[in-house]
Amino acid sequence: MTWVNTIVQGTLLGGLYALFACGLSMMFGVMRIVNLAHGDLAVLAAFLAYSVMSATSLGAFWAVIIVIPLFAVFGYAVQRGLLQRSMRISPLSTLLVTFGLSVVIQNLLLQTYSADTRALDIGSLVSKSVRINAQISLSYLSLITFALAIIVIVALQLYLSRGRTGRMMRAASDDAEAATLVGADSRHIYAIATAIAFATVALAGLMFAMRSSFDPSLGPTRLIFAFEAVVIGGLGSLWGTLVGGIVLGLAQTIGAQLDPALLLLGGHIIFLAILAFRPQGLIPARRLA
Amino acid sequence: MSLLDIHQLVVHHGQLAAVIDLDLTVAESDTVAVIGANGAGKTTLMRAIAGAIRPTSGTITFDGIDITSWPAHRRVAAGISLVPEGRRLFASLTVEENLLTGGYRRRPGPWTIPRIIELFPWMAERRKQPAAELSGGEQQAVAIGRALAANPRLLLLDELSLGLAPIIVQRIYAALPEILATGTTVLLVEQDVSQALRVADEVGCLLAGRCVLRGAASELTAAEIEAAYFGIERTPR
Repeated sequence: MTWVNTIVQGTLLGGLYALFACGLSMMFGVMRIVNLAHGDLAVLAAFLAYSVMSATSLGAFWAVIIVIPLFAVFGYAVQRGLLQRSMRISPLSTLLVTFGLSVVIQNLLLQTYSADTRALDIGSLVSKSVRINAQISLSYLSLITFALAIIVIVALQLYLSRGRTGRMMRAASDDAEAATLVGADSRHIYAIATAIAFATVALAGLMFAMRSSFDPSLGPTRLIFAFEAVVIGGLGSLWGTLVGGIVLGLAQTIGAQLDPALLLLGGHIIFLAILAFRPQGLIPARRLA
Repeated sequence: MSLLDIHQLVVHHGQLAAVIDLDLTVAESDTVAVIGANGAGKTTLMRAIAGAIRPTSGTITFDGIDITSWPAHRRVAAGISLVPEGRRLFASLTVEENLLTGGYRRRPGPWTIPRIIELFPWMAERRKQPAAELSGGEQQAVAIGRALAANPRLLLLDELSLGLAPIIVQRIYAALPEILATGTTVLLVEQDVSQALRVADEVGCLLAGRCVLRGAASELTAAEIEAAYFGIERTPR
């Protein structure tokens, strides 16, 4: 029974990783941008929500409602003002720009909020759970997170496969110039893709922040989880990212079950094994979506 | 009034001036062919008209409006669609999705997806197939359909015959009369001179970036075209 519990908890944790990684997957899939600031963006979202909640009397739910659209706008602006310019120069310069963004965000957070550890107060939700039997109980928070992850990934998938703009994102990913020749303003299309990616990373960052405390230096450690989920699942495939997140979550909880010290190592070992034996990932994508 | 008016156009392809001091007018509902040898500047000219490259100098006027500095996507909305050299389909999208991307900035007009499929009936049962799996001729048809989906006033066709067997080229060109019947103006670039002469009202010949011959397709003689195409100076005997 303990093992069943381990697997259930691992799957739920994996949902969070998948939610966190899908923005990384999307930016790579559409623009071939590897966003090294991805983890720091998640932490930034958590601090923003923290500020919103301490400055007003709003609860965590409203903080989420406020922070996510802010992040979408921020993403649009970052793409148009920063990444678009660097994409014109070279893929390497884009990598450097996102690295710079990561450093800037970390230091701004340190300057503004100090190095103290914070937590988002979600009231009684943090301890509520559904008890299945003596061994297995599912916390509301991880169930909600998992449900959100599934909803977001299915919605993104539908958007990319059916939506007019989503279709154009796939087209621009195939051949950016041909996309402009059929009438798409590629800068706008890319900026929308980034806005969506930023919105999802904000949501994931907030869900992280609700389950555990955070501080300004946490970004890069988080980034590794997103990378591992994306690589395990297969680059540029959203279903792959979902599977990758779940595999990572399972590997970590199973590792921790064997020995609490193995939590992170379990994930890293699976990641390295996939890189070595199946570098295309579990669900390789010939196409985005 | 002419629909497209190009004046003293200079376009560089890297360091090289690929189009030099070019003047070209295309009247509404006309079919104009630009012929020329490899590297004469034909594709560069088409890309400059579609907005994929910025000209170094000169002006491009479309329907009386100077569009020289417009980005490509704005030109599509204004009614200029290019069928690019090498087709450039979106490989991971299906046939139907490729056609749908063409309608992204659809202007009102006769061309709808069902109408395009009527023009190339084989598409009906293969609409869900990825474009990458099509043969060259089929890809060319989808590229034409994708451009038509925007309902262009000016359709630019760049080297439709490139890499295709003659019989396939004939089949592709067989669709042209129906396209012209909707009143679409066509500017086409073709290496296959006889094909170009067959479909065009007017022909211009490019040689090393300059227009060296211009005339009605029916009036030009084979000798004139040959001389212009290969750049042979006609020396009086």
